[in-house]
This record gives sequence, structure tokens and C-alpha cells, in this order.
Amino acid sequence: MAHHESLLHREFAPPSRLTASVGLFSDRDPRVRLAVALAACVAAVALQSLTALLVALVLAIAALVAARPDWRTVGRRLLALEGFMAMIIVMLPFTVPPAGDVILFRLGPLTASEEGLHQAVTILLKTNIVVLLLTAMIGGLEATAFGRALATLGLPGRMVTLLLLTVRYLDVLQRDYAQLRRAMRVRGFRARVDRHSLRSIGYLVGMLLVRSFDRSERILNAMRCRGFDGTFRHDALTPPDRGDAMLGALTGLAIGACVWVELAVA
Amino acid sequence: MSDAPLIHLHDAQVTRDDGRVVLDGVDLAVHAGERVGLVGPNGIGKTTLLHVLVGLLPVTAGGLTAFGQPCRTERDFADLRRRVGLLFQDSDDQLFCPTVGEDIAFGPLNLGASRDDAAAVTGRTLARVGLAGFEQRITYRLSGGEKRLVALATVLAMQPDVLLLDEPTTGLDEDAEERMILLLQSLDQAMVLVSHDRRVIDRLATRVVRLGQNGLQADT
Repeated sequence: MAHHESLLHREFAPPSRLTASVGLFSDRDPRVRLAVALAACVAAVALQSLTALLVALVLAIAALVAARPDWRTVGRRLLALEGFMAMIIVMLPFTVPPAGDVILFRLGPLTASEEGLHQAVTILLKTNIVVLLLTAMIGGLEATAFGRALATLGLPGRMVTLLLLTVRYLDVLQRDYAQLRRAMRVRGFRARVDRHSLRSIGYLVGMLLVRSFDRSERILNAMRCRGFDGTFRHDALTPPDRGDAMLGALTGLAIGACVWVELAVA
Repeated sequence: MSDAPLIHLHDAQVTRDDGRVVLDGVDLAVHAGERVGLVGPNGIGKTTLLHVLVGLLPVTAGGLTAFGQPCRTERDFADLRRRVGLLFQDSDDQLFCPTVGEDIAFGPLNLGASRDDAAAVTGRTLARVGLAGFEQRITYRLSGGEKRLVALATVLAMQPDVLLLDEPTTGLDEDAEERMILLLQSLDQAMVLVSHDRRVIDRLATRVVRLGQNGLQADT
């Protein structure tokens, strides 16, 4: 019996912390984080001069450092972004026609324009600023907090529900897919470009859709069993506090500084 | 203790959309303190029967009386579902919130509990199933055994009088199965328990009924 008791009350592995709650943004109201992130990104995208963009980039890096993120994850995300950006940097100078006769350099039959290079650098700076800002300000936000913040900022309830359920069921869908793929592979299936492969992949996708539909029915039933009547009940969020006001003011100052540089350069 | 059953399904018939009759002439009464084991071959309609008992599927003949009230409309069944909890076969169907705490609080919040009350119920219920402190855990990262216990916790958080358990130990390893059985033995709710595992039925059920082509019969 003693054995039974200990078995019943034994703890599984201790709960793990999701993110270290030490950064500048982690204790702030999710709505404020979302709002300042949005404002900062819109401002960054609107900037034109390279000087102002460089200032914004420095500020975005500062924000990221203050957020104390998991640098390895950030690095991996940035790497994926820069890979894509590299293509644009290479393509744009040759595809944007030069204004007037000024040609930067020639590469065989191709001519590079200064305008193209300028545009490429601008795009590179803007995307990086936006990604850094979002990572810093809302990167560590939990899905639920993010959903609720979106709801209070006016996103329709249905879209929030869709977002939250997607977060939850992506993994289940992934497992369903992996399971079906394995079942195909153990019977010798290898994807080729032929009718058989296309039809089989079609069956796979179709089966995934059917399964997902069935699952959604079962989930809805389970939710109804627990008194769900179509609307999620969120508790009212506490009003923003002084720390949130400070964050808002700080972001305002940073945006103001960038705009001032932009105007001063012009 | 009165002899009136908590739930009484009488002469129930269920017909699928394609016209196939799944259940016919089924009678089932569940009394307080009872743990009814429900056995029968695959596809005979055991899960269907559980779903009928909470009104997820309508009966095409016969009827259901629960807690002394006949249940006919969706509103009747919505009230019924507060007192009769159903544990689904696949816990992934039941757990839909990103974190464990939110999932368990979902039911109490729907019943009108405040956020604080719901949090208190969540903490108590998690402790009850031996998973104290699991509130912030990510639902999809739980093991199969943990998922099943959390799913049961979501049902228990509604504080039901009757539990309907659809294969509660299927797919669990020995340890997790043992935990589940001990936990269920320690609960005082009336239960209807579907299982293919005779040992589970023997250890939990106070009586056994068999669902066959001719409806429900007492099993010896």
C-alpha cells in the first residue's frame, strides 16, 4: 500500500520555466508591448535616410540586449532572414534601372545602379530593425498572452481563437503527417515525379484534411462537455502600471530621436 | 440514500446519418456510488453510448432522465454536462489550450467562476491527480500518461457527480496505468467505465454490463 501511495502522489519531472523573466519587457503588460512594438515598427519602416535607419538599428539592438533573449535562438532566426536578404542584395542593384546615366559598375552584360544598391541597403536595414524589435518586444510573449492582447486591441475574437487553437494543434497535425508518411515509407514509398507519387501525396493531404476535420468535431464536443458556448472567457486585464507608462515614454523618445535625425539629414 | 438512479437511459435507439442503427433498446441506470464497467466488441457503440449520455448524439427513440429531470433540449443537456463529465479516448481531443493551467480553468470559467476561483480549483485539482505545479506546462509536451491525467483533471475541475470514462487506461504504460487505476479508485463519483482490459474492469467496476447486438446485458 505504501508503494501505491507513493506512486499516486509521486511528482513527474518538475515544471520547467518557459523563458527567464528577467528582461526589460518580460514583466510589462502584453497590450503595451504589442502597441509599442507596432508603433516602433511602423516608424522604422517609414524612415528614409540611411543615417536615421542606422540610428534605429542601434536602438533596436539596444532593445534586444535589454530584453535578454536566448541568443542562440535569435541567432538562428537572424541567419534564416539574412540568407533570404542576401538574395535581394545581389539582385536589386542589377534590376533597378539607374536614374540618369550613372552606372555603379558593370558585370559582363549586367549593369549595377546606385539606386538599386541604395534600395537594397534600405530594405536590409528595415527588415533587420523590424525583426530585432519584434524579437525584443514580443518574442518572449506566450501564445495566450499574445492572443488576449490582440483581442483587447481589437482583433476579432474568432481570429484570436483560430490563432490559439493553431498554436495548440500544429504539433498534433505534424505528428499525424509524420505518422502517415512513415506508414507510406515502410511500404516502400519514395516521392518521385510521376503519377503514382502525385496521387499518393494527394491521398496523404486528403487524409490529413479528413482527420483534422474529424478531430475538430471531437474537440468541439469535448469543449461543449465543459460548458463552452462559443465565447472564451478572459478575465479583465489589469490596467497598465507605471512601468508600462515608462516603456511607452521610452519608445516614444526613441521614435522621436529617429524622426529628428531623419528631418535633420533632409 | 435514495434508490432513484442519477442517470437513467431508457429504451434508447441511435441511428446514424446513413440510416444504420447503432444502438437499439438500450437501458442503463447509474446509481450513486456505482462504478459500472461497460464491455463489448469493437464498433458495437460503447463510445456512442457515452456520447448519448451527455447529449452529444441525439437518441432517435427512447429517452434520458438525469437527476430526476428528463433531458430533451440542448439546454437540458448543457445543464446535464455540468454534472456528468466525459473523459475522451484521445486526450489530444480534450486538451486544446496551450498550457495545462488554462485548460483546467476553461470548464470552471465557463460555469461562471472568477479567475481567482478558477485558479484555486485548478491548483486543487492538479494536486488531486498528483500533478501539483503543472499549471505552466505546455500541453503538447506532456507525456501520454500526463496528458491522460490532465484530461481527467479538466473533467474533475467541473466537480461532476458522474464520470464517463472512455478507455481511461488504453495506451498507458504500466506505471501510468497503475496511477490512473488508484486515482479512479480513490474518487467517490459514480462512473461508467469503458475498457477492453479485463484486469482494469475487475479492479474498478462494481458491476459489469455487456453491450451486444441485443442491447445491454448484465455480465457475470
